Amino acid sequence: MISVKGITKKYGSKTVVDDVSIDIEKGKITSLIGPNGAGKSTVISMITRLLDKNSGEVLLEGDNIFTQPHGELAKKITILKQANHLELKITVRELISFGRFPYSKGRLTDEDEQIIDEAISYMGLKEFEERYIDELSGGQRQRAYIAMTIAQDTEYIFLDEPLNNLDMKHSVQIMQILRRLCRDKNKTIIIVIHDINFASCYSDNIVALKDGKIAISGTANEVITKEVLEGIYEMEINIESICGHRICFYFDGVIEGDSTELAANYLIGNA
Amino acid sequence: MHKNTKMIILLAILAVGLLTFYTLYGLNPDIYFYQMPSRLKRIVAIVIVAVAIAVSTVIFQTIVKNRILTPSIMGLDSVYTFIQTAIVFLAGVSSPLLLNSQYNYFLSMGVLVLFTLFVFKFLFKVTKNNIFLLLLIGIILGTFFGNLSTFMQILISPEDFSILQGTLFGSFNAIDESLLGITGIIVIVMLVFVFKDFHTLDVLSLGRDHALNLGINYDRKVSYLLIIVAILVSVSTALVGPIMFLGLLVVNLAHELLKTFRHSYLILGTALISIITLVIGQMVVQFVFGNNIELSVIINLVGGVYFIYLMLRRNRT
Ligand SMILES: Nc1ncnc2c1ncn2[C@@H]1O[C@H](COP(=O)(O)OP(=O)(O)O)[C@@H](O)[C@H]1O
Ligand SMILES: [Mg+2]
Repeated sequence: MISVKGITKKYGSKTVVDDVSIDIEKGKITSLIGPNGAGKSTVISMITRLLDKNSGEVLLEGDNIFTQPHGELAKKITILKQANHLELKITVRELISFGRFPYSKGRLTDEDEQIIDEAISYMGLKEFEERYIDELSGGQRQRAYIAMTIAQDTEYIFLDEPLNNLDMKHSVQIMQILRRLCRDKNKTIIIVIHDINFASCYSDNIVALKDGKIAISGTANEVITKEVLEGIYEMEINIESICGHRICFYFDGVIEGDSTELAANYLIGNA
Repeated sequence: MHKNTKMIILLAILAVGLLTFYTLYGLNPDIYFYQMPSRLKRIVAIVIVAVAIAVSTVIFQTIVKNRILTPSIMGLDSVYTFIQTAIVFLAGVSSPLLLNSQYNYFLSMGVLVLFTLFVFKFLFKVTKNNIFLLLLIGIILGTFFGNLSTFMQILISPEDFSILQGTLFGSFNAIDESLLGITGIIVIVMLVFVFKDFHTLDVLSLGRDHALNLGINYDRKVSYLLIIVAILVSVSTALVGPIMFLGLLVVNLAHELLKTFRHSYLILGTALISIITLVIGQMVVQFVFGNNIELSVIINLVGGVYFIYLMLRRNRT
């Protein structure tokens, strides 16, 4: 388990993450949701030691993360950040091979090659493996980066908006792969996600952030309720149960009378 | 065979061929005893400087993730100019610090290493790894030392100035061979250190976040590598003088010829291209212009034009 205890981040006098505590349950998918600028990326960058924090601590199975040797931690925790662009002449396979660096320091063994092959086929990248990454579409490149984190074979996998750039089919595929990783290999996955229905259908736990603070944290069923979500996103959200999943409808309001009236009022200056 | 391997072999053959050609071209049997050692000395110097500049520029660019900036462009060359000018200004042209090449070498090397370490290490902390702020400060420092030198140069006599000027261009014509050994040893020791880090450098080229994520102690590794860069650039500048655009030229040529991120290929390729560039330059200086022009002038002309081309091409894409 990873225990995050009261982490805080300030930029100048602005507090962007304020006393956030989370317990990340092992073997589960935890989604991090919240509006843009809520501090999701900042939180997971601090947990994964990419970003210095002002206060608080992060414990991995009870041990402080920041005092552990870098090389060892890289075998336990991996993070894929939100924006990844490289100006390198590097092929998909070469990129994915970097995932094995914590283990073999660049001299790939047969076992490494096997794990790389597996990550490639997991992500459906077989036909692209020799292509340079700057010759791929955004979605294909995103899958290559995810494959790299899978090849790293860590217990904890942090993904910051991995569904960016992906079409529906590949989004679903990736969520299913993540679920399989949880179930079959007992991985723990923490994922920042914007599509609330993906969060609802695929995660065990959900943490909602707003203005740098935890708005609510609990199981998916506890968080995906009309009351909670409307509070977080400040818009009308309806929830229906379909095939046992809670699905949120949030486009309705715009078409319905109230909101249209509201918008019209805005335009004529009554609001 | 991999096409990068082929390219490396090709470059190696070309480098050896050119070095041999330079050694043997137009040898005069009467003064053969005089010509041979002087050419061999230059070849050794060319190889040392070429390798030092190539390795340091590749590492530097990997760390700052930028293909256009080099240690020389960041102000190192102006500091060298400043050191030489200050010697003439404060101690005069007959000072042993200028005339005794060993004194001059160790003084220049010491100051350059200190300057580079200061810029790299101390400012890295102050600017919190903000590369652009770091480079800005580097460039401001470069301009500052450049202007200080110009100021002193205006105050000294024209005769002194023309003597000083001779030392401000990178050249392989007046090298003290007693310095070749120590420079060679320093460069080889640095190479041994770098050699162990080829794979780490590959990871560093992915950027700070990926490098940290893959288990590299980023800050420590970067400071360590920057010390090596500082030493390599300083010894080669102290040996032959500044050749500002050499590093930029050869690293970018290497990237054009070897489409790879792997430092094993990049560093070797850049070193070979660097040797080839310097030998061709030296041949032009010696055989075409009869030593009436300095090597750094030719390299900077070619390198400067290439620099402009790179900027224009970047703007277009
Ligand atoms: N380097 C920075 N300097 C100042 N403010 C920052 C910096 N990085 C992020 N922020 C601010 O922190 C807040 C949270 O950002 P972020 O964690 O990226 O949000 P999210 O990922 O939830 O969209 C935002 O208001 C953003 O403007
Ligand atoms: Mg974000």
